[in-house]
Amino acid sequence: MSLLELKNVYKIYGELHALDNVSLKVEKGEWVSIMGPSGSGKSTMMNIIGCMDKPTKGEVLLDGVDISRESARNLTTIRRDKIGLIFQQFHLVNYLTALENVMLAQYYHSMPDEKEALEALDRVGLADRAGHLPSQLSGGEQQRVCVARALINYPEIILADEPTGNLDEANEEIVVDLFHKLHNEGTTLIVVTHDPEVAEVAQRTLVLRSGRLAKEIVNENFTGKIHFDESEGFRKEEVKAANGIQQPEAPQKSGKKKGGKK
Amino acid sequence: MKKRQMYLRMITASLIRRRSRMLVALLSIAIGATVLSGLVTIYYDVPRQMGAQFRNYGANMIFTPSEEGFTLEDIQNAAAVIDSGDLVGIAPYRYENVRINAIPVVAAGTDLAGAQKTSPYWKVEGAWPAAGGEIMVGAAVAENFRISEGDSIEVSFTPEMEDGHDVVEDTYLDFKVTGILDTGGSEEEYVYMSLADLESLTGSAGRADVAELSVSGGGEVLAQYEERINQMGSPVQARLVKRVTASETTVLSKLQALVLLVTVVVLALTMICVATTMTAVVAERRKEIGLRKSIGASDRSIIGEFLGENLMLGGIGGILGSVLGFVFAQQVSIHVFSSSIRFMPMLVPVTILVSVAVTGLSSLLPIRGATQVDPALVLKGE
Repeated sequence: MSLLELKNVYKIYGELHALDNVSLKVEKGEWVSIMGPSGSGKSTMMNIIGCMDKPTKGEVLLDGVDISRESARNLTTIRRDKIGLIFQQFHLVNYLTALENVMLAQYYHSMPDEKEALEALDRVGLADRAGHLPSQLSGGEQQRVCVARALINYPEIILADEPTGNLDEANEEIVVDLFHKLHNEGTTLIVVTHDPEVAEVAQRTLVLRSGRLAKEIVNENFTGKIHFDESEGFRKEEVKAANGIQQPEAPQKSGKKKGGKK
Repeated sequence: MKKRQMYLRMITASLIRRRSRMLVALLSIAIGATVLSGLVTIYYDVPRQMGAQFRNYGANMIFTPSEEGFTLEDIQNAAAVIDSGDLVGIAPYRYENVRINAIPVVAAGTDLAGAQKTSPYWKVEGAWPAAGGEIMVGAAVAENFRISEGDSIEVSFTPEMEDGHDVVEDTYLDFKVTGILDTGGSEEEYVYMSLADLESLTGSAGRADVAELSVSGGGEVLAQYEERINQMGSPVQARLVKRVTASETTVLSKLQALVLLVTVVVLALTMICVATTMTAVVAERRKEIGLRKSIGASDRSIIGEFLGENLMLGGIGGILGSVLGFVFAQQVSIHVFSSSIRFMPMLVPVTILVSVAVTGLSSLLPIRGATQVDPALVLKGE
């Protein structure tokens, strides 16, 4: 049984089909990226998978439970017990320290444990910043606190919405490395991103367009490279290992100079 | 760490680390609690303050004998019913016909110290008699007899004829006039001496014709004293001086009603003010609420956290309010009644409880609004 399965999911706002008959499966321990241009339905899908919204039609099975039929109260419980969320804007409680922000997730989940929260901060390299308020941390540090908060309750899935969108290159690498560690430990990761370099490190990339699942790229050996074709306004991909075609040079993102990432 | 510890840690962190924001809310609560506490203090102290003011208008209770007369002992027994704290003054009066220069005059013998308390409005030119052999003369008598302050006069008394006697001898006493009494009323037609001097002049003691009392405590309290004294079965009949007690009761009840009305208005304004502040606080913290919900906070948790913060604010505001409220009431009392107010310890916990309750009630709607926050929309910045 897949950990997550969407079956013919629709999300309709009046005339707009934010999601239009989307079906997909995510296996336990898998690392999946979701890409697509603005308005393609990425955030809508994230909200539905993250139990913060319900589909208009279709089924969303999380660990065998159809969350599309659950009450708001049950969705809160499922979100608390099974999902760790990471946001682009970090979203930390600004009057709580890094440690207290991590403990907040424990507080709602079960029982706050300062030692365990400190260990989680240590895993993201922020043990020495535990007593700092978010305003005293850099953007990258705040995002790492978010990662520590997301993983503190050992969730079934970590959902990350543009986790590197507000980070510089160095912090982006740190966060992606953290995802690698989590994946190696068996955590299921679903990462929504605009960044092809972040997407390409996933096992699989799902490409959404106009609410539909347009493409699915399997990066079997994690060496797949996804490129942005600006003339089409859409992504096309080549998987080196799969097709053996020489990889064209990836376009530079404006404002960022990046080294290669494995 | 227990959940309760984390809960307190979050609440105190919110209050301390967001103190500039919280101060605004605290200020509105503390001001409301101050005015409420102050007004309630005034409300309860008004009868005492006004009672003291009303005592300047003279006696408000009279003891009269039920039949032939009563003794000073009867008067003392009846007066013992009245709390010593409420009894401002008591003056038994005995009236006798005496003569000055062979012309009849009514002499009143009384407890002169008590009479000064029951008749504080009497205007005396000179001084009240302070010792035996001193007399105060009403202005009308002084004019008729051309008596001035400092004069010496001889007062005579003719005893009643006893059976078996053909002749009775008058008794005489010399007095020094210490003051002339000017009231504009019938009191000016008497001369006033100590009860002991009158008893010495008449040769009989222990008797009085009437007693005037000045009692504080308001209309209801006075009525209770009147009823209890009249049920004692003694020769003393108590009755209230209606023109004094009725106006006292009317003024007091109107003043208390006014203070009560202002208190209720202030209470309503405080609730509106706190509710508005809390609505603003909730609106300002929508993102935080959305975040909390997204990481698993139930509506109950959100309500518990906001309510906890607000109740703590209410408690702190109540403590501040009970202290500042007393200062406020004290200032009002000093400037309006020219006397200090009595501290009521019970008002401290009551103010804190009311402040907590008012803050809690005022916060309910805004907090309910907090539970309606959609985390998906808020976290997207909508």
